[in-house]
Amino acid sequence: MDTNELIETLAADLRRAAPSLDSAWRGAIVLAVAVAAAVFFATLGPRPDFAAAAETPRFLFKFMVTIALAVSAFGLARALSRPGEDWRKRLPWLAAAPALIAVAVVLELLVLPPDLWAARLIGTNSVVCLTYIPLIGIGPLAVFLLALRHGAPTRPARAGALAGLLAGGIAATFYAAQCTDDSPLFVATWYTIAIAGLALIGAVFGNRFVRW
Amino acid sequence: MGSAAGLDGNESELARLMRAAIAGDERAYGEFLRRVACFVRLFVQPKVARGGIDPEDIVQETLLAMHMKRHTWRDDEPVMPWVYAIARYKLVDAFRRRGRRQEIDIAEIAESFAGPESETLSEREIGRALDTLAPGQRSVVAAISVDGRSIGEAAKSLGMSEPAVRVAFHRGLAAIARRFGQA
Repeated sequence: MDTNELIETLAADLRRAAPSLDSAWRGAIVLAVAVAAAVFFATLGPRPDFAAAAETPRFLFKFMVTIALAVSAFGLARALSRPGEDWRKRLPWLAAAPALIAVAVVLELLVLPPDLWAARLIGTNSVVCLTYIPLIGIGPLAVFLLALRHGAPTRPARAGALAGLLAGGIAATFYAAQCTDDSPLFVATWYTIAIAGLALIGAVFGNRFVRW
Repeated sequence: MGSAAGLDGNESELARLMRAAIAGDERAYGEFLRRVACFVRLFVQPKVARGGIDPEDIVQETLLAMHMKRHTWRDDEPVMPWVYAIARYKLVDAFRRRGRRQEIDIAEIAESFAGPESETLSEREIGRALDTLAPGQRSVVAAISVDGRSIGEAAKSLGMSEPAVRVAFHRGLAAIARRFGQA
């Protein structure tokens, strides 16, 4: 078929327009949070002393980090799903969560006697953390990969990795409401590993299933 | 972006045509695609000159991808960066599917040692490749690659629209390429 014929056929095929990418992302966020919430409340649920914990800075700080990660990853994943959009200008925002956690780790090391460092870092929930953040996040990751497929990411692996970070940020936000290890040392170690795992899964699946 | 230099005068006109197209104006859409096809051709031709890829294939794949993904253009944004990003992606994808590195020099050196690339597959290999496809894709790929029909003939004989045949053909080939590695 020559190019002019193709153009004629495409022009005649203008009727059905797919939903806009922005509305697809809005739907994806709502669905992903709903899925994460369902898995979280069906398996873990918030810790019993949630109300008391909500008055301690370490507990609240966990949400600052995870929400900062989710918000910055969302902006970048959405930018990566649109051809020609300048996603690089959003890249610095991704440093927000790591910067917050770095500052918190330094503060924690300053206020905590060194003989407690190892205990706080290892905590008591590392296995739960490494299990449940991926478990809560895998459904949202699938939803975001579908959103990427609806879009047109010109860097599918990178977009998939960002979808993984976004899913990880959402999952960690829920998980943080259950976990009793509030030390930034614990968060910086185990949350990071769990979320990086989701980012890796996202990159692999992005590379395979998001090509168009 | 890319070779967009000197196109600024066209940009607002092209964006206007595309907005009209999205509102349902087929004539504006045809005009938009014709103009954009020229820019994409100019963009692609020098890049595939030595790559053994038909530039017109990339032009067509870009037009088709733009069509399928037209909802990813935000109508208050310039349209040409979007077009070039899609063209670049399709270009890279074509090189990837051919199993070549973009660095043609390296590929040329490798080829001079490896001898001429064998592009023909045995019938058994083709049959095995086709078997891995979904039935719809299989009949399209078989009609075009094995029976040597044109897109138009295949569309007629299978009772499909030509864009649908192109898409199925493209996806079928992509699926085969994925399954059999990129070598």
